[in-house]
Amino acid sequence: MDVMPKWAEVILVPLISLLLAAALSALVILAIGEDPVAAVKMMVTGALGSTYGWGYTLYYATNFMFTGLAVAIAFHARLFNIGGEGQAMLGGLGVALACLYIPWPHWSLALIGAAVMAGLFGAVWAAIPAWLQAKRGSHIVITTIMFNFIAAALLNYVLVNLLRPRGQMDPATARFPEATNLPTLHELLAPLGIEFSKSAPANVSFLVAVAACFVLWVLIWRTRLGYEIRAYGHSESAAKYAGISPVRITMIAMIISGALAGMMAINNVMGEAERLVLNSTEGAGFIGIAVALMGRSHPLGVFFSAILFGFLYQGGAELALWTSIPRELIVVIQALVILFTGALDNMVRMPLERFFLMVRTPPKPERKPVEPAE
Amino acid sequence: MDYMTLIQLLDSTVRLATPLLLACLAGLFSERAGIFDIGLEGKMLAAAFFSAAVASLTGSVWIGLLAGIAASMSLAALHGVASITFRGNQLISGVAINFLAAGLTVLIAQDWFSQGGRTPSLMGGARFEGITLPGADAIADVPVIGPLYAELISGHSILVYMAFAAVPLTWWLLYRTRFGLRLRAVGENPAAVDTAGVSVVGLRYAAVAICGVLCGIAGAYLSTALQAGFVKDMSAGRGFIALAALIFAKWRPWYALWATLLFGLFGALETRPDVIENVIGFKVQGQLLGALPYLMTVVILAGFVGKAIPPRAGGEPYVKER
Amino acid sequence: MTANDSRGQPETAAPAIELKGISKAFGPVQANKDISIRVMPGTIHGIIGENGAGKSTLMSILYGFYKADAGEIFIAGRKANITDSQAAIAAGIGMVFQHFKLVENFTVLENIILGAEDGWKLRPSLNKARKSLVELAKDYGLNVEPDALVQDIGVGMQQRVEILKALYRQADILILDEPTGVLTPAEADQLFRILGRLRSEGKTIILITHKLREIMEITDTVSVMRRGEMTATVQTAETSPAELAELMVGRKVLLRVDKTPATPGEVVLDVKNLKVVDDKGVERLRGINLNVRAGEVLGIAGVAGNGQSELLEVLGGYQDGTGEVRVNGQLIDLTGKKSDGQSRRARGIAHVPEDRQREGLIMEYQAWENTAFGYHRDPAYKSGILMDNAAIRADTAEKMERFDVRPPNPRLEAKNFSGGNQQKLVLAREIERNPDLLLIGQPTRGVDIGAIEFIHQQIVALRDQGKAILLVSVELEEILALSDRIAVMFDGKIMGERLPDQTDEKELGLLMAGITDTDRDHSVEEVEANLAHAGGDTSKEV
Repeated sequence: MDVMPKWAEVILVPLISLLLAAALSALVILAIGEDPVAAVKMMVTGALGSTYGWGYTLYYATNFMFTGLAVAIAFHARLFNIGGEGQAMLGGLGVALACLYIPWPHWSLALIGAAVMAGLFGAVWAAIPAWLQAKRGSHIVITTIMFNFIAAALLNYVLVNLLRPRGQMDPATARFPEATNLPTLHELLAPLGIEFSKSAPANVSFLVAVAACFVLWVLIWRTRLGYEIRAYGHSESAAKYAGISPVRITMIAMIISGALAGMMAINNVMGEAERLVLNSTEGAGFIGIAVALMGRSHPLGVFFSAILFGFLYQGGAELALWTSIPRELIVVIQALVILFTGALDNMVRMPLERFFLMVRTPPKPERKPVEPAE
Repeated sequence: MDYMTLIQLLDSTVRLATPLLLACLAGLFSERAGIFDIGLEGKMLAAAFFSAAVASLTGSVWIGLLAGIAASMSLAALHGVASITFRGNQLISGVAINFLAAGLTVLIAQDWFSQGGRTPSLMGGARFEGITLPGADAIADVPVIGPLYAELISGHSILVYMAFAAVPLTWWLLYRTRFGLRLRAVGENPAAVDTAGVSVVGLRYAAVAICGVLCGIAGAYLSTALQAGFVKDMSAGRGFIALAALIFAKWRPWYALWATLLFGLFGALETRPDVIENVIGFKVQGQLLGALPYLMTVVILAGFVGKAIPPRAGGEPYVKER
Repeated sequence: MTANDSRGQPETAAPAIELKGISKAFGPVQANKDISIRVMPGTIHGIIGENGAGKSTLMSILYGFYKADAGEIFIAGRKANITDSQAAIAAGIGMVFQHFKLVENFTVLENIILGAEDGWKLRPSLNKARKSLVELAKDYGLNVEPDALVQDIGVGMQQRVEILKALYRQADILILDEPTGVLTPAEADQLFRILGRLRSEGKTIILITHKLREIMEITDTVSVMRRGEMTATVQTAETSPAELAELMVGRKVLLRVDKTPATPGEVVLDVKNLKVVDDKGVERLRGINLNVRAGEVLGIAGVAGNGQSELLEVLGGYQDGTGEVRVNGQLIDLTGKKSDGQSRRARGIAHVPEDRQREGLIMEYQAWENTAFGYHRDPAYKSGILMDNAAIRADTAEKMERFDVRPPNPRLEAKNFSGGNQQKLVLAREIERNPDLLLIGQPTRGVDIGAIEFIHQQIVALRDQGKAILLVSVELEEILALSDRIAVMFDGKIMGERLPDQTDEKELGLLMAGITDTDRDHSVEEVEANLAHAGGDTSKEV
């Protein structure tokens, strides 16, 4: 029975969760002897006060959009893909191979090629746990966690033993050729007469991420595949009845999810580092969980919460630079957001439902709810 | 490989298996009661920091241990509130707890010690030292059993012996007591427990609390016995290996011992690539060895070798049927 | 009202249970409204009412499972404060739930002592329980295998374990919620014999049911509930089924469906030697042979769990099987890629599943999305590569009007419709597809009486259009009222076919227990052994 109006469900619940997380974070800042108001001001100036700040905010947001969408599409099929991190690592490997071994004539072609490779590698890395879940009943949360560690070990091996140029000490690939370097927002906006910071890493991948949000929205809410994925997510038994194959949906949803997580690599590996280093993902795969939860698995919600987390990351970096607050503050905030929007959802929801029950008008007589008991 | 190398290898196996075993048993209590816990890692990390920090401040490792257990239990309580009281998603709660611990430990370490997220190195009474068992020195020179007793069995910290003692204790508690019967029942069918007039919520909180205590000891062991002080992210995925071991052990106490010893052996071998090369004749990449526990767990999970069936009510919040 | 107890108890004795003014609401739904009831000791008191009348809620309150919003409970004349199950057990109340509350991978003994252990060590508790189980078996004829795992024994046995659980806790008052739902008629008789024996030992029993036969057969007094209210309490000996039925639904019930004799045409569905083996390797269908002609209803009777669900599932395309199934003469695949719900629909098979909330509908989907469910790949619902949502909504509005679905709002989520309207939504979707063959399972389960009539009329109307209908129902009355031919299933086989006007509930009941005409003079023991089997019993009956 719907007790709450739709707007409360979509806006109010996440908003209150976010406020709770923010309030607790402020307490944490107070507890370590810093001023939360000053901290927020510094974060806003640092992340949004200049095109340099925006450039970093949007760069991080691009990563989070990809990983957030990845978690979101899996959520729609009631699959918890906790393996975005590993899939993004593999995506990085795909990008590296595409950029290092194929002589691209122009960045645009390189972008397409690298995106395909990144998606492919990420998809394969997600497809194995998906297959194990669909065919062997192995819990996908556990297998994707395991695959994160396996991916890290694999990447470590590949970088140290195979891709590292002779004589180089740190485990990383060589620099990608010039032709694969993606235009930054500075280069893209200059022809339009907009002055954008030269040194910020935000690049054309941001536009790809925004496009991915739109495409995923269409996929989930307007196509038969999306209809089937959502149906399966709501009720597996009903999906079977309707002739929607659980195996097929599990595979497809996870392949899309893995491909999205993998495609993050066009931003951080191809767009920013321009070579593949160890730990290039920097936990973005996990932040995708927070982003998807806060965005209620809706692509528009994911878009906004990715920007919010981009802001937090850039703001947090500024804080670490100018105050004694370490960057780990952001990890705490991220944890609180996951906690309140995900695990403690009912804590926010139950009092709200009680409130709406009190103020709502009595139900129309014909709108008979589901019978209780029996 | 000579005998002494073998003893040394097994000795470090025991050292490395101990935190895994404690965390694995912690997970066993929680999951047997129907509460999935992927937050073992976070609880260990929090305990590692607080026990090292308090031990360093007070100079007493025992007070440190208590602080570590308290920290771990607070996170366990949070998990309980989220997944038992508010019937939230247990997996998501676990993820949140891992991040909370990862962030808060560094934040507080920086605030308290200003050493870049570390605690000062622990010395003297602020650390758990190895215990020499009676007669170890006397028979150390006896061939074969001498080194076995003196090097492998003797000389570990008290926490190691506690961990190994926890295995039969857990088994006895689960299968020979009323509490164990109820605990197993609540993980299989909470409605049966509820209608029998026993509190589902109480049992599950008890299980989560025990989980917190064991994770606390595991974390304290990391920073005050295995190493001398806390460093950022020092649990290094051990909570997840423990989770893997739990699945590998099919949620049973004795199997948990063997699984964690096996994974401990992998860890020990990782630091001794020369030993592997000697034994099997070719070089094995350290990275592969590190990934082996995860790979093996995936294989077990896939049911290719002995299917692991989790407790039936695991992961599902208990809602009275209407 | 004073219960003039038929069992000769003095009128002055305090009632075993007295409820005064019990009310309970779930959110906006009032499940119990100001209910008062007295149950005298040593009697069997029936509570009868339609699904959703609030019977189970009331009993859950008495058992401390829910807290009443208002009202008082008296046990043996003393006010009792039943805050939880523990308090109810302490007050001497035991309850056998409709869905058993047993731990499947525990032994019978472990299940019995769970929550009623003596001391913290397990051994002594188990030994004590083993001893008292022997005594209970002697006193009440309740034999069980103490060391069998619950998952290995049949439903009849499991129910016995539930009763033993209550008796082991020294319950004087036993509440049974729809105890016969999973039993054959004769297995139910056996249960009633046990209840009779418990009554003669002085136990008080409350029997919740929606079956009139059971009330008439065993109870001393009966209370009738309707829409959360207690409408009457009467002596069973002084009432009649017709009166009770009227009290239950509030008006005269049409027990028979108006229909003309069938005019069967060509064979539409032809099933030969159909077998299904489930995931655990258990053979659920053991060679089914049947056919359904155009313009007739074939009713499948049987106790729940004897393969009817698997029959619908395999014909509906979501369970693998072997054998030969022809629709309009053409063989259909029973395994592999071409065997799923989609391909069945393409063959003109429509399916109203047994459980609309688990299978027939997505409860979180709006009505229009549910109208497309299973037919979402229909070209009419497509626009380019996208779904044509506007077209689906328009189609839904039309269907809702034709099937009188209330409220007629295509954008309302399925969970917000009543049971009857949800079922109409499913029916509208399946029937309006103009199928050659309609598979329909438990068409009126949990549906209010008005909708039952409507649904029955729709089924007959579809038959009269010359469609073939395979009807599965555990309600014998429904089978008898709707079917042109009746096949009885037992243990994955068809035990026999009968014509509705040449059979009765008694004969069908025997068939449902696996007894065919030819071996009618079998001994009682053999019948009972067979019955244990009908419940899927694999353990040895002691």
